Amino acid sequence: MAHISDEIETSRSEASKAIVDVDEYRRQRRARLERIGKWLMPLIVLALMLWMWNRIVTVNEIPHYILPDPALVITTLAADISLLWNALLVTLRITLLALAVAVIGGVGLAVIFTQSRFVEMSLFPYAVILQVTPVISIAPLIFIYVDNRTVGLLLCAWIVAFFPVLSNTTLGLNSVDHNLRDLFRIYGANRWQELVHLRLPSALPYFLGGLRIAGGLALIGAVVAEYVAGTGGINSGLAFTILEAGYRLNIPRMFAALLLIAGTGVLIFLILSLLSHLLLHKWHESAVKREA
Amino acid sequence: MRHHGDTVGDGLLTMLSVDKTFGADIKALKDMSLQVNVGDFISLLGPSGCGKSTALRIIASLINPTSGRVEWDGDHSRGSVGIVFQEPTLMPWATVAKNVWLPHRLSGISFRKARSKIEDCLKVVGLEDFSNSYPRELSGGMKMRVSIARALVTDPRIILMDEPFAALDEITRFKLNNDLLQLKENVGCTVIFVTHSVFESVFLSNRIAVMVARPGRVFEEVVIDEGYPRDESFRTSSSYAAYCRRVSESLRRSTNAKT
Ligand SMILES: Nc1ncnc2c1ncn2[C@@H]1O[C@H](COP(=O)(O)OP(=O)(O)OP(=O)(O)O)[C@@H](O)[C@H]1O
Ligand SMILES: [Mg+2]
Repeated sequence: MAHISDEIETSRSEASKAIVDVDEYRRQRRARLERIGKWLMPLIVLALMLWMWNRIVTVNEIPHYILPDPALVITTLAADISLLWNALLVTLRITLLALAVAVIGGVGLAVIFTQSRFVEMSLFPYAVILQVTPVISIAPLIFIYVDNRTVGLLLCAWIVAFFPVLSNTTLGLNSVDHNLRDLFRIYGANRWQELVHLRLPSALPYFLGGLRIAGGLALIGAVVAEYVAGTGGINSGLAFTILEAGYRLNIPRMFAALLLIAGTGVLIFLILSLLSHLLLHKWHESAVKREA
Repeated sequence: MRHHGDTVGDGLLTMLSVDKTFGADIKALKDMSLQVNVGDFISLLGPSGCGKSTALRIIASLINPTSGRVEWDGDHSRGSVGIVFQEPTLMPWATVAKNVWLPHRLSGISFRKARSKIEDCLKVVGLEDFSNSYPRELSGGMKMRVSIARALVTDPRIILMDEPFAALDEITRFKLNNDLLQLKENVGCTVIFVTHSVFESVFLSNRIAVMVARPGRVFEEVVIDEGYPRDESFRTSSSYAAYCRRVSESLRRSTNAKT
């Protein structure tokens, strides 16, 4: 069976192909422009928005306690940074803890579901009910029954974050190639081997998709729960900072806190996307770049 | 590499009037009998839905027959059956070598211990330079070779192939046919090969079981009395053409007999 050198040759020479014709030249130029545009265009939009914002505030002479100038937001951010940073850490801690518990709970439950159809039948409807009930309507109840504020916040954020992990991982664990499963059976794999060597790796891309959604939702859950929990003090996060600044008509600080929350959300998304890329780029189709 | 010291010509397995009914009335197989000897290359040839895959799955113990049985001569254990599906059925997250390791891995043999065997099998299919590649990086034909290497790695007594080359282009398919015959010479394996192609079955097999559908069963067996090793020249010989005519004729009669 040593006659496959042709087959290999063709697949190798593809990579080193130089620009050969007009179409190819155009395609490469478009690809280059898109690469730059992907970063440049949003930046241009941002600059335009900030400029318009600044014009509206200046021309209409809007007082800063109604709409602050973007520059003022930035200076407030810098001035209040120690206060805002502490608040951010509080929110971030709840978010990350909730995400961790969501991953453990979601994956754990998904694994139990695939091991026993009866457990899945019994519990899945309640997972759905928990998901479709708006967290803002459960949160007040939670804070009545849970004394510890951190635990209450965590519970709220977890309720929002865990469902995408659960449903995606369950889907992934069940989307195993049928022939591969037969193969495992032919070679006498036990349940544990099937789970570890077949189901979990098959579920990984699905799980990572769920994780990216859950990351954003955990932040939303944490912020919403803080709004409901209210009470200030040393342990208050960004949401409470916004509420408090609102009472005092400190609008620039509201904007500064908002900026931090949004930035944190984006950062979480980017980190989880990077994680996903690192884990999948070697083998998964989603990580392969194909020409259009 | 031949397994368990099986001797060519000895009986290997017998299907004894196997029936398989799905649901209430889908008779996938009815009274199917087949005798397989060591060193045989048997093709199951027939129209879609005549129960070829069902027969293979019963031999592989993936499903149980409704009635009848499969009898094995001699020691039949885990790893004595290798299987190759129509799709390469590789684990995309594992490298070529790790994919070939799978059968051993599942019986608790470490990669280091299995390594030389894995390399041997990859060499047999001509992929020794690709052990660290991921399936995604290989062409369809190369993936199929990995699949074959994986089936060989346990030194199976029999390899079941379910239309392994059906999804490949004709040129690649011809090449893999030649290579499969070469491999049969080197490894001395017994094969049951499912195919839709008269030409493929004549080129490869020493016996062809022509099957009919509804209910699925063996209509007749055609012996291809042409020794091994065979090579490309067999394809253009007059005896090859005559056998193809015989088998096509048999297929035609089988469909007429049914209606
Ligand atoms: N799990 C199943 N449940 C119900 N019916 C089935 C099942 N497996 C196969 N069948 C039916 O049994 C018959 C034989 O199927 P089988 O897959 O063995 O045919 P085949 O000869 O392999 O066909 P093909 O050439 O299309 O692969 C078909 O009518 C098919 O619909
Ligand atoms: Mg089939």
